[in-house]
Amino acid sequence: MTNEQLKEKINSWVTGVEFPENKQFLEAIVPSDSLKKLANLLKNTPETNFDYLYCLSGVDYGKQIGIVYHIESTTLNHSIVLKVKTDNLENPTFDTVCGIWKGAEWFEREVFDLLGVKFNNHPDLRRLFLPEDWEGYPLRKNYKDEINIIER
Amino acid sequence: MEQEVIKDIIIKNSDDYIINMGPQHPSTHGVLRFELCLKGETVKYIIPHCGYIHRGIEKMCEKITYPQIIHLTDRFDYLSAHINNEAVCLAVESALETEVPERVKYIRTIIAELNRLASHQLWWCAFGMDLGALTTFFYGLRDREKILDIFEESWGSRLLHSVNCPGGLMNDIHPNFQKRIKEFIKYFRKIIPEYDQLLTNNVIFQQRAIGMGYMSKEVAIEYGVTGPSGRGSGFSCDIRKKQPYSAYSKADFKEILLTEGDTYARYKVRIAEMWESMNIIEQLVDNIPEGAFTAKMKPIIKLPAGEYYQRVETARGELGVYIVSDGNKSPVRIKFRTPNFSNLFVINKIASGNKIADLVAISGSLDLVIPDIDR
Repeated sequence: MTNEQLKEKINSWVTGVEFPENKQFLEAIVPSDSLKKLANLLKNTPETNFDYLYCLSGVDYGKQIGIVYHIESTTLNHSIVLKVKTDNLENPTFDTVCGIWKGAEWFEREVFDLLGVKFNNHPDLRRLFLPEDWEGYPLRKNYKDEINIIER
Repeated sequence: MEQEVIKDIIIKNSDDYIINMGPQHPSTHGVLRFELCLKGETVKYIIPHCGYIHRGIEKMCEKITYPQIIHLTDRFDYLSAHINNEAVCLAVESALETEVPERVKYIRTIIAELNRLASHQLWWCAFGMDLGALTTFFYGLRDREKILDIFEESWGSRLLHSVNCPGGLMNDIHPNFQKRIKEFIKYFRKIIPEYDQLLTNNVIFQQRAIGMGYMSKEVAIEYGVTGPSGRGSGFSCDIRKKQPYSAYSKADFKEILLTEGDTYARYKVRIAEMWESMNIIEQLVDNIPEGAFTAKMKPIIKLPAGEYYQRVETARGELGVYIVSDGNKSPVRIKFRTPNFSNLFVINKIASGNKIADLVAISGSLDLVIPDIDR
């Protein structure tokens, strides 16, 4: 499918999706409450068949926290980037996609560990790298650690 | 509340014997701990615990410049250090729209394939040792030395030579570079049949590897298992073929795909990849174009605001570099999608139900490098 066809397809499924221009891949900024529905349709519709999630990253933009999903189809050779963002820095929460792409389970655990983003209905949301009693989330922009990080 | 899921499994099976494998266990190849639930000698459930060598590289990268980041990327998959460097360089170059000289592309590809060969050799010798064949260790290391000597002659260091910089290479190749590579390939083509004799065709080895740790193609895609481990299950995931970078489009090579999906298939993919790597090097080594070994770059590298993603194929699978830049000399966020991270996650799926000794074989066949998981 071409990017234009994909855009049309996505617009027919969910509303409120933005497509920024001039990006490396086709990019879709999705409202966080329709993420799970869209991801499910993208994976399970035969014409799109996005079966391979190759990267999931959490980003702290300063005023917002977002999750970026890089997805491609191994059979149809098209790819898309999904983004969800939230303004809630105190308690950012998104729906998990690990029921759709199993590989997301550890990616989401990593994001929870380092950015403090919670994922609803995640089967095993524990810290992955840091000890259980670690305070704070190191990849946050406002994270302070006077002992281990020297400000220059 | 979320923690209860793992706890539930353990409480439900409270008769099980819980044992730790690692973090100093020799066959986990580094500081990785498996928590195993055992029934007799059968592994019922595997809980991997990572983080023993977590250094916060992604956090560190937010404070330093792009040329400095390259030296940190050596440290996650130290066996394919050059390919990790290349990933960041390619991302920076594509963001700046710099055209690197053809000479650089050829040399980078040749070093990357030599690196892949050296990595597969070390995997081969360690894998044999995991299964109790100590001789393989001496064979593999003996041949790997020859590759590291070539690196040493050109750039002074053997393992983490950090020769890549944005725009090209730090130094040109040594005059002996091409001659020594050709000598090595001539020598190593005679050695791989010896490897086959020693391990591939060994009946004891085959009985421990064939049919063990089956992974279907669907599981490989779902879990994101890439590299030789994924290709052993028939998942066509070779970035060198899918999205050719550097000089891969100029070489003619096959993507090795097997469909058996067991430990033996993953083993055979790596042996076949050694042959393919040598094919690629042979096609390129005589055709290195003359010219500069680096493009002209500004002294301070600032990436235009935006997002950049670059994928490369390391010896263990797909490495992705995701850079979010706001126009400054260091990134807002840099994420490394490392191959071993996803390759380790699949282990409970494919290895539970087997004996402990077979778990060692299966984790060996996934070729895990632990710093690559923890970063």
